Formats: sequence, C-alpha cells, structure tokens
Amino acid sequence: MNLETPKKFAGLKHQAHQVAANYFRPISRKYDKAEHAYPKELDLLAALLDGMNAGSPDAIGATSASKRGAAKSLEEGVKNGGNLSALLGVMELCWGDVGLLLAMPRQGLGNAAIAAVANDEQLQRFSGTWAAMAITEPGTGSDSAAIRTTARKDGDHYVLNGEKIFVTSGERADSVVVWATLDKALGRAAIKSFVVEHGTPGMSVTRLEKKLGIKASDTASISFSDCRVPAANLLGNPEVDVQKGFAGVMETFDNTRPLVAGMAIGVAKASLDRTRELLKDTFRFDYAKPLLAVNHAEATLYRLEAEWEAARLLTLKAAWMADNKQPNSKEASIAKAKAGRVANEVTLKCVELAGALGYGEDELLEKWARDSKILDIFEGTQQIQLLIVARRLLGKSSSELK
Amino acid sequence: MNADVQGRALAILNRMAQADWPDRLNLRKPFEKLIYTGSRASFRLAADRAQKGGLRTPRKPDPDALFDLFLSDEQQMLVDMLASFASEVLRPAAHDADANAAIPAELLNQAQDLGLTFYGVNEVHGGMAGERTTVSNALMAEALAKGDMSLAAGLLVPLSAANCIRRWGSAEQQQRWLPAFVGESSAPVMAIAVNEPDALFDPLKLATKAKRRGKHYHLSGEKCLVLRGLDASHLIIAAQAENGPALFIVEAGSKGLQRLPEPGMGLKAGATARVKLKGVKVAADQRLNAEHFNYQSFLDHAALAWCALAIGTGQAALEYVTTYCNERVAFGEPISHRQGVAFMVADIAIELDAMRMLTWRACARAEQGLPFHREAYLARLLCAEKAMKIGTDAVQLLGGHGFTKEHPAERWYRDLRAVAIMAGGLQL
Repeated sequence: MNLETPKKFAGLKHQAHQVAANYFRPISRKYDKAEHAYPKELDLLAALLDGMNAGSPDAIGATSASKRGAAKSLEEGVKNGGNLSALLGVMELCWGDVGLLLAMPRQGLGNAAIAAVANDEQLQRFSGTWAAMAITEPGTGSDSAAIRTTARKDGDHYVLNGEKIFVTSGERADSVVVWATLDKALGRAAIKSFVVEHGTPGMSVTRLEKKLGIKASDTASISFSDCRVPAANLLGNPEVDVQKGFAGVMETFDNTRPLVAGMAIGVAKASLDRTRELLKDTFRFDYAKPLLAVNHAEATLYRLEAEWEAARLLTLKAAWMADNKQPNSKEASIAKAKAGRVANEVTLKCVELAGALGYGEDELLEKWARDSKILDIFEGTQQIQLLIVARRLLGKSSSELK
Repeated sequence: MNADVQGRALAILNRMAQADWPDRLNLRKPFEKLIYTGSRASFRLAADRAQKGGLRTPRKPDPDALFDLFLSDEQQMLVDMLASFASEVLRPAAHDADANAAIPAELLNQAQDLGLTFYGVNEVHGGMAGERTTVSNALMAEALAKGDMSLAAGLLVPLSAANCIRRWGSAEQQQRWLPAFVGESSAPVMAIAVNEPDALFDPLKLATKAKRRGKHYHLSGEKCLVLRGLDASHLIIAAQAENGPALFIVEAGSKGLQRLPEPGMGLKAGATARVKLKGVKVAADQRLNAEHFNYQSFLDHAALAWCALAIGTGQAALEYVTTYCNERVAFGEPISHRQGVAFMVADIAIELDAMRMLTWRACARAEQGLPFHREAYLARLLCAEKAMKIGTDAVQLLGGHGFTKEHPAERWYRDLRAVAIMAGGLQL
C-alpha cells in the first residue's frame, strides 16, 4: 500500500505548477475583472501544452482521463495512468486559477466526455478539437434525465432542437457535446450525446452569463433550431438500450467528477497556502500540541488541512480506481461531494482568517472564495452526489429515494 | 532457510488444530490459509535475508512506488479471517462484555489461538513480523473493531506491547521480553499507560516523573484509563525522565504501585484502570532504550491504532444503520426513502472513507520509513471529530431505539468518544 504521489508524475506536477504560478497567477485578477474577454494568453499556453503532451505519455489536462487507457493496458498489477496524471495536473493548474483552466482550449469537459464514451473512429476524428459540454437546460438542472432537447434521426443526420444553458466555454470552443433525447417516451435510456461543431446552421449562442466567480471562463446559453448533425457524431452506441439505460452517458461523470474534485482541491490549496503565509509569523504550524491546546485560528487551519488532505486522497482514490478498471461511480461521487464542500469551506474560512486582507481585492483570497462555489455545484451538486452515494449504499432506485 | 519460521507456523497451526471453536464458527479454513501464507511470507523474508548474508539493510523508501490501495494477498486474508472472527465471535459477545466490564475468559483463549502477537514479534525472536507491519496492524485493528471497539482494544493490548518493545526496546530488551509473547502459554498482558487525569492533558508534558537513582529510576505520578490495567502483569509507563519523556516496563506488583478500577463512559470491556505510583523502583535497564527511541513516534503509532479502531467501529455503524433504515417503515415507506435520513447515511460513508484514507496514508508512510508525524496528527484530528459524528448520527438514525441497549449504537457512541481522548494505550 502506498498513498504517495509516484515519482514518475513529479515532472508533470512541477510543470503544471510552474504554469499555475508563472502564467495563470499574473493574469488571474485581470480576467476576473474583464469578464467575457478572451484570455488570449491561453492560446500560446495551449499550443505549448499540446506540444508537451504530444511528447509525453503523461498528458496534462482533461483529455487524458479515460478508462480506455487502462483497458488497453495488458500488463499485470497496479496501474497509475491517465486518470491520475490528468487529476494531478488539474490540481496544480487550479492552484493557479480555476477560471483560466476552464477556459483553456482543448481541455474542456467535453473533451473528457469524448475520451470517456467515443468509439475509436470518433476519438481519432475529434482529436485536437476543443469541446464544451452542454447538459443543463432552463428547466433541467441536476435532473439530467428530464432533458427536453430532442434529436430526430433524418437520413445520415440527427436534427437537434432545444435550449442549453451554463455551457462552459460554449462560445469559444470548437464544438459542443450536447445531450439530447432520441425519444422522450423512453426516458433516460434514450439520452445520447452529440458532438456539434460551432458554425453548424441552426446552432446559436444566445447569451453569456455574468457570474459570482470563474469569470475568466465564459458560460454560454446555446439554442438549437433544426440543427443538423452528422449521424457519425453521436458518441458511442446509437442503440437505445433500456437495460443499460442512462449508464452510457453517465459514465462520463465517473471520469469528470474526480477532475472537478481536483479543481476544488487546487483552489483550496491556494487559499490554505496563502493564509499560512500571511500567518507564518503568528503560528508555528509544527503539529506539536494537542488541537485543544493551540490558538483557535491555528487549530482551524489544522482542521481545514485535515479536511483538505482527506478530500485530496479520496479524489486520488477515485481516479486510481478508474486507472485500475474498478467501478468507481460511488467513489467519484464521494470525492466530488467531499472536495466540493471542503473547498468551499476552506476558501471562505481563509478569507475570514485573513480578515480585511482576505476580503480585499489586493489579495486573491476573496476571488478563490468566489471561484470555489461553482465546484460544489457543477458536474452534480453536493446534494446530487449525496443522493448517488446514498442510493448505492442503501440499494435504492431513483424512484424510491427521490 | 530459517527452519524456526516453519516450526512457528506449525506451532500455531497445531494450537488451532486442537481447538474446537474454529470449527463451530466455520473459521477453520480461513485460519489455515492465513497461517500458510503467513509462513510463506516469512520464508521469503528469511530467504532474502540469507541471500544478503544475514545483514539487515536499513529500509529505504521506494521513490518509484506507484499509488496503490490494493491490499497484499496476506493482508487480504488476515482481514478476511479477523472479519469473520469479529462478526462471529466479538459482536455476539460485545453486549455482555460491556455490561460485565470484562473480556470473557473464553474469548481471551480464542484470541490467544489466533496468534495475533506473532505479528508483533520479529522472526529472530520467534514471531512473524516482517519489515513493514504498520498497515497490516491497522487493518487488523479495523477488522476487529468492526466486531466491537472495546473488545478489540482489549485484545490488542498484548500485540501493542510486543510492537512497543520491538520498536522501542534495545536488542537486549527485545531478547529479554519478546519471546514470551510467542511462547506456549498465554502472551503476557503488558498495559501501556500514558494518559493522566488532567483536563487538556498533553502527553508531551507528563506529570509522572522518573528520577534516576543509581541503577534505578523512581516513578511517581498517576495514570488513568489504562486499558487492561487491572489484569496486566506489567505496565509500560510513560514518565518524564531526566532527558525527556521515556517508557518504563514496570512489574504490576511493584511496591508503591496501586491499581484501581476506573470505569469510563465506554471501553468497558477494556476494564480501564487508574494506576498510582509512589516512588516505584524500576531497574534502569527496564527503560526502553532503542537507539532510535522516539517518544513522539510512539504517540503517533498509538494515535493511529485508535484511528484504525474508530474506522472499524464506524464501518460497523454504517452497515447497521443501512440495514435499519431500509427495514424501519414510517409514513408507509422505509425511512431510507427520505433524504433527511439517506443523506446522513451518505455522510457517514463519505467521512468514514476520509478517515480511512488519512489513516492508511500515515501508516504507509510510517512503515516506509518516511516522516509521518504531520499525517498522523491530521488523521487523529479528523478521526476524533468524524468518528464521534458517526457515533452520534448512528444513535440518531435509530431514534429512541438507538438510545436503548437493544441495539449496539449506544455502545458505539460511548466507545467512539474515546478516540479523541486516548493517548498511548495501544501501538500499531
């Protein structure tokens, strides 16, 4: 048993940390202020990352998170692969800036979705694309099965109609992975995901949200009106398998939830590090006295550190399970639930601990406290994760435990 | 090849063969399998050592090691065996042991048959402890505590003492004390006494003093909540010596040493005791004096034992409330159909796994020879808080029933309160 980060990822972690510290941090406040302005600095960085990733088996970014890599590997024994390396990269980059990571070309959650469910031909065809992810609708948040966007088969195409909101990088990405139903009467089993390229007639961005945080990342509303998409852009299997039901598209979440948990861990670490730096002359942070015998502020930081460490290890566990082909739906939700709430608590508490310094815009602590909130909401809210975990534990269906 | 190792495994096997209780409880097979692999692992160790010319090279952390949560085959079998023992033997005995504030004699014999202490004694001194034992010890504690926390704590006292002497005793001290733990007769009960009766007690600021007088120390002070302090033949006592906190092996019958029952809120079966020391004379060579003696590390190994127990009992609580909430019907459906109930169950599972990850990491670092004080501190902190939350939520989920002794939840509630309080007592 070993819970240390293996040495083979040290280079990747270091690289990602350098990017976070020297590329993201200096422009962090700039794009927090200039909402909807495209961080053009990211183009150069994305090109650089593509180059680095092409030359390295341990890629940084969402695209390397996949069960596929593990499935192809034939060697025996424990594996530390794409899911872990992607996660470690995301943690470091989000120590820099969550919004900028989400705005990074070709690192979108849509890319993770493609990596998770696409067939080999599609993987090939969509490699290098920048894909956003469109699930939520005006009347459908966490209840993904109630999706109203329709996809009607018409010859070699599917015709999409509906409204999508909260699409991260929805305006900037090359394409959008859209969830739509083939037949509302068949319920969740008929929900499939489609890659829709920007510029496809019938697809239009109708609005950009103004938000509490992650302002560097644009959040679009997209409307589809008789939008014709090639049938070959349906990701995975086009058959409606009532037995397997929702599982196909939901598999995406087993891979993306640990990544979002990783984002939460990154931003929480940023807050913890900065707060300790601000308080370094006040406390020793030597873990020497019983918790009840130290100053309340120091004890609070120890407690937050323990919670953070727990969230980090639970997230590594979920990604490690994906790398080792262990079913990880429950663990992915556990990681997301724990990391989401811990990051929110940590970042808010660090503002409080740093006082007026923490609240003011001279420091980034207040920004991190705003950024962290979304991480307990998107890719499934805290409450959705609890539902998933509880249903698994109690053996309940979604109609029993609602 | 070390023939002693083989002999040792055979001796345990023989002891198991003579006992009839493993058959009654259907535990024979898992035991035999375990002993087989245990001896195989020891064979391998012995062979490795022989190859290296009998030299014990210092353990080095392996920087290339992958992140790995899989248990080894041996660990898995150990866990399986102890899990059966916990559910078949400990759980049914727990209620009465709590009420009688004692471990039943039969249970003590069965635990002796299990040969737990062999995992705390090096091969050289007749045991089967390998190079890396901390994680395995934690897994053992977790598996046993799923049956009952206070029985598990009580039964782990001899193994803890062996771990303590193996880790913190000099070569001579190991030679003197350890063989008894793997002998024909019962392993000696040596209770580890650290806690003192003070609010906000800090184990680094011991009020118990050890004054050097020639070839002896004189110990004075008061120790409390000493697990199995009453039936112990010896006590391993933490006291402030001239050059820092130290551990002393003290005969329980020493002049000036007084033992009194000290029942607490829980840990009843562990028969906690108050120990008063007035100028108790202890030979200087009974001060544990391994070259690398590290009192903080001793405390950390103890804290991790309590974390592991908390995880086992937390797991028991999770499984119990899961069943209960599915069976209990209110307003026409199982109460588990309500989010207010279901989310509490989900939170128990989440925090339990959080406790497990922090504890495992600290243990894995410890056995790899990496610094682990920070990790143990954070694990203890988290486990103390979350274990109590699990304990109180388990009672809450059972409602009024949880408050009665018809269900084990109230016992777990009392036992889990100890996790934040106990210093020493056990040793992984």
